[in-house]
Amino acid sequence: MSWPIGGFGDYRSAPTRGTLGAMTTATTRTSAPGIVLEGLTKSFGDVQAVRGIDLGIDPGETVAILGPNGAGKSTTIDLLLGLLLPDSGSVSILGDTPEVAVRAGRVSAMLQTGGLIGQITVGELIDMVASLYDTPMDVGEALEITGLGELADRRTEGLSGGQTQRVRFALAIVADPSFVFLDEPTVALDVEARREFWRTIRRFTERGTTVVFATHYLEEADANADRIVLMADGAIVADGSVTDIKAHVDVRTIRFTLPGVGTTELADLPGVLDIDRHGDAVLLRCDDADLALRALIAVHPDARDFEVRGADLEEAFLQLTTGVSEVVK
Amino acid sequence: MTAVTYTRYELLRTFRNRRFFVFSLVFPLALFYVIAGSNRHAHLGGVPFPTYYMGGMAAWGTMIGVTAGGARIALERQVGWNRQLRLTPLTPVTYLGAKVASGYALAAVSLVLIYVAGLTLGVHATAGIWLSMTALIIVALVPFAVLGVYIGHRVTVDSMGPALGGITSLLALAGGAWGPLAQHGFMHTLTQLVPSYWLVQAGQAYGDGPHWPLGAWAVIAAWTAVLGVLAMRAWKRDTGRL
Repeated sequence: MSWPIGGFGDYRSAPTRGTLGAMTTATTRTSAPGIVLEGLTKSFGDVQAVRGIDLGIDPGETVAILGPNGAGKSTTIDLLLGLLLPDSGSVSILGDTPEVAVRAGRVSAMLQTGGLIGQITVGELIDMVASLYDTPMDVGEALEITGLGELADRRTEGLSGGQTQRVRFALAIVADPSFVFLDEPTVALDVEARREFWRTIRRFTERGTTVVFATHYLEEADANADRIVLMADGAIVADGSVTDIKAHVDVRTIRFTLPGVGTTELADLPGVLDIDRHGDAVLLRCDDADLALRALIAVHPDARDFEVRGADLEEAFLQLTTGVSEVVK
Repeated sequence: MTAVTYTRYELLRTFRNRRFFVFSLVFPLALFYVIAGSNRHAHLGGVPFPTYYMGGMAAWGTMIGVTAGGARIALERQVGWNRQLRLTPLTPVTYLGAKVASGYALAAVSLVLIYVAGLTLGVHATAGIWLSMTALIIVALVPFAVLGVYIGHRVTVDSMGPALGGITSLLALAGGAWGPLAQHGFMHTLTQLVPSYWLVQAGQAYGDGPHWPLGAWAVIAAWTAVLGVLAMRAWKRDTGRL
């Protein structure tokens, strides 16, 4: 299931972000969510890393926390895991504190940084961590899901970057948790290792476990998440499915062919933000494409080959994240 | 039985790390054969030299082993492993306990080898004396185990070798493990305040066996308490627990 879209935190007080207000719909819930963050804030000295986060995550979702570096993604995950204590606000995981949830093996994580200890084989290491839980996943099963069966007898010192990440993922899932957090899990991997890693994660999510991952790769969020929580400057600026987020960004582009008309003349049309022109081909970025198109046809009836497109995720990402930084700063 | 499996793997990893092995086993053994071997018929204050020196080398070897146990925490900190462990139900007691246990395991191997080496150079004592020596060594190593945990939380991997080697060498020297120190006067009194002095005394096989007065227990207890507080502080600061 997906959550109703809502803009939170600083975003709500941002007057220029009017259209996203429409994304905030009634947040009636049918069941108690798995994870609830309320009014979460965290500062490091003068830097406000997280400035008021409200978020609910249901069992079964795959959620991407997307945002540029410094958006507060890692801090949010550390707060969720109880590795950091919030300055204010609360975290509840299935009704418990993060500490209790971690101890019970209901939540586990693969942190952004971290290697493996040495002098131990892959299989032994997974067994070592599994032994810490009351009801762990079978070690063989964890090896199978992560495709590490053949590497079970290999010492951890001899693994490649991609293999190490898969072992770290195995260590997170061997708890047999209800929620798994992955903080930028593929950041150091090459394209092929990244693809293989996501295949592994999908094998795991098919079991119905909730996966929440932080990333600054748009394609990764687009391809692997049911829901995207977009963060910028320590706040959530948008929350919804990929389609929802794209749909609610008010920038659309009009592409058409029109010979012999000045650039300034087109830029002055109502609803147009800026213009890009290559010979007779013109691209208008519009905050009101309907208005711009009507005006264009009225003034230049000889324009042809119209193509009107909604924003892609990248456009949405840029608009939503940079918009907020401007408002905040 | 989470603690048992976890500790078993820790022991396994410890014995697979050959660098520590060489450090804590080979050097004391080599020094014992070189020094005590060449002076095997000499006497020191009425005590056969190999007997005296076996106590010193047992102290040095076990000291390195036990301290190295905790110092390995530095390796795990470097790769962020202890942060990963905080996301498991592993308790700090089990974590530190396993480190101390693996340190004692290294020390045990070192001790047995030095005992055997001592026997080959003519050291002899009753079974009761061997047992009381071993028991007292185990007690005298407690502050060193705590010291290892402190080092493990304070130093980086790069400086761990020098820190571990330097501190244990200094303590071995100050406690008389490498050779006899002043037997009287102010220096002797000062030496008796060093925990390694009592570790060396715990390994003395001559006469009625090791001489451990009440003061020895007090010195070991005091060092354990002080280092314990330091280690606890380092651990708290390191792990961000409040």
